[in-house]
Amino acid sequence: MNLVGLVIAALAPHVLADPGQEARAQSLDREIRCVQCQNEPIAQSTADIAADMRALVRERIAAGDSDAEIRAFFRERYGDFVLFRPPMDGRTWLLWAAPFILLAGGLAAVLALGGRRVSVSPDLIPEEGER
Amino acid sequence: MEGREPAMIVEIGAFAAVLAFTLSIAQGVLGLMGSRRESRAEAATAIAQAAAALSLLAFLCLIAAFVRSDFSVASVASNSHTEKPLAYRIAGAWGNHEGSMLLWCTVSACFGAFLASYRGEQSSGLWSRAVGVQGLVTAGALTYTLLLSNPFARLDPAPMQGAGLNPLLQDPALAAHPPMLYLGYVGLSVPFSLALAALIEGRADQAWARALRPWTLVAWTCLTLGIALGSYWAYYELGWGGWWFWDPVENASFMPWLLACALVHSAIVTERRGSLASWTILLAILGFGLALLGTFLVRSGVLTSVHAFAIDPRRGIAVLVLLALALGTAFSLYAWRAPKMAQPSGFAAISRESMLVWNNFGLAVATGVVLIGTLYPLVVEAFGGGLISVGPPFFNMTVAPILAALFLFLPFGPMLTWRIGDFRAALTRLAPAGLLAFMTLAAALVLTQWRAAPALGLALGVWLIAGGLVYLWARLQRGEGALVRKAAVLPLAVWSMSIAHVGAGVLTLGAVAETAFRVERAVALRPGEGVAFASRRVTLLQVGEIEGPNYSATRASFRVDASGGARTVSAERRFFQTSPMPTTEVGILPSFDGDLYIALGEEVRGGGGAWTVRLYHNPLVHLIFLGALMMGAGGALSLGALARRRRT
Repeated sequence: MNLVGLVIAALAPHVLADPGQEARAQSLDREIRCVQCQNEPIAQSTADIAADMRALVRERIAAGDSDAEIRAFFRERYGDFVLFRPPMDGRTWLLWAAPFILLAGGLAAVLALGGRRVSVSPDLIPEEGER
Repeated sequence: MEGREPAMIVEIGAFAAVLAFTLSIAQGVLGLMGSRRESRAEAATAIAQAAAALSLLAFLCLIAAFVRSDFSVASVASNSHTEKPLAYRIAGAWGNHEGSMLLWCTVSACFGAFLASYRGEQSSGLWSRAVGVQGLVTAGALTYTLLLSNPFARLDPAPMQGAGLNPLLQDPALAAHPPMLYLGYVGLSVPFSLALAALIEGRADQAWARALRPWTLVAWTCLTLGIALGSYWAYYELGWGGWWFWDPVENASFMPWLLACALVHSAIVTERRGSLASWTILLAILGFGLALLGTFLVRSGVLTSVHAFAIDPRRGIAVLVLLALALGTAFSLYAWRAPKMAQPSGFAAISRESMLVWNNFGLAVATGVVLIGTLYPLVVEAFGGGLISVGPPFFNMTVAPILAALFLFLPFGPMLTWRIGDFRAALTRLAPAGLLAFMTLAAALVLTQWRAAPALGLALGVWLIAGGLVYLWARLQRGEGALVRKAAVLPLAVWSMSIAHVGAGVLTLGAVAETAFRVERAVALRPGEGVAFASRRVTLLQVGEIEGPNYSATRASFRVDASGGARTVSAERRFFQTSPMPTTEVGILPSFDGDLYIALGEEVRGGGGAWTVRLYHNPLVHLIFLGALMMGAGGALSLGALARRRRT
């Protein structure tokens, strides 16, 4: 890194010098909810508290925390509300199971419909626009 | 200052709305009874037209009140301002709760008049009952509007100035966004009316489906364009480079879109083959139900918190009552009548029909997942489980794979014939598209160092685009004569389907590339300093203060050196006297590989004149909006194809 680069890194607002770490921080910024705004991730919010929370993400990364540890840290501090990825527990298992339940139910419905299928022979049915 | 003294025009508007309500009731009663006597049906038609004219008049009166800045009207006082440019004063008429509800009613009444005026080949019973149901829908919406969100309510004393000058909302895309969405939402009320009419008659034939199709297309096309406009606005106005956030408000429009998309496809099967009639009816009911639910979610305040809803629950409860009435009636009728409806001809496991069934399966499951994800936090909170958030990580993990599976099968659909299709022949014809997709997959895997999800996404995008083009090419091979000549006589329906499907591929490419490969970086720059970013060099030239018509702004200009040469771009932070938060005007430099997106932040405290600048490179982001536009164009062309067919 040249001299100008160093100066920029020093002045830059809460940016980690390591691009890999900064990328992790940015992806966490999109998963953590600004506690003051209406449904905004801290990546998006211009509120002061969001800036503080972004700084906190970087602080934890610099301290060597894993992504899961950082999520747990924020969850402990601000509650489940702060995570856009809901934790899996007694209240949310139905949410996480829902896609599978819907897939299975839909599949059963389609197959039941298919069960009524009659044997068909090819015949000429005009394509769209050809009548 | 413009004329502020209260004017009669507001009372005329209110009176017209009340008249439209009574006429809608009459339309409902006569329409539902009119199947037995032709004269009643004719009367219902005339009444539907009058109700539409009066609703339109009421809405024009409201616009007039906004244009005149008549602050004795509550909705004008809280949502307009004399310093607003004329275009945004007009747009202000539908940019607020009360006005948007009146727009909802007006669109519903106008669609009712169209429905009444163009009977087509429908049997008189089906047609007249659909006109009747549509009248009751309009009446229900007008009841809510007049009783609980009257846009004509007066204020006394009238304030000297309006309070509505949210600078964020003064934007062409955002002015056009609500009417488009509402055309889509309310567009779904017509399939709902037709579905109820079919249930009452106990019959949904191909003529019925033919009457249904244009309305599904109107609704789907308007929803597509409305959502795209909102997303585009979020992208360039909110200043963080995002375009879709799985926000509950976004989901509220995405769910009806998904079901409308399913309906567009299932209605084709019902029209061409007479099959799936009861499923098409169910989709039409659910689609409108979700449109109402969307209105409820956005308008009741329930999304902020269940508690916010509890503070003033009247509006929310009223929408819920309307929703319960509409869905309760519809589902009861459905349970009673649908099983008795004739089951038509079958189809093989590999056929155009079966492909459209899988299409509907995927779209319906995706809708269900979005619905559960959107409502889940509300349910948890209501049962005392505390506050949780369900956001992008959940939806990306669940909805994206469902749509991916759908896209994998999509190109086969058009390639298969009705009733029974030849899968092997379709596979052979699609081989070039498949090869291209595999090459994309391999190249993307290597280039991204084995990031499987984005590589698969890009391959799917290419598969959809190439598959659409292969279908178009195959259709162009038929018949005799030169290619240009064959292209000229190729049915519009083929073009519209291909354009929409290729558009879905284009959108997929953009969405995947933007989500997976975007780069962002926050830097502090002094004037004259530069930074290397996304194979470019971005230099801050200067920062200065400028004065706009009703704001002051800090404007920073940048030079961007890329291999293609140097270009300049500026970004602003605007401060409006009426708004505490500054707004960002981002600088966007588009190029073929994506947008360079620059947002100006604050001056760094103690930074010796340095400014915070956020740089984003959003690869292929323009493809997202281009793809959505192509899908919308496909829908519009398809409408044209139906209109042309009707004339011949």
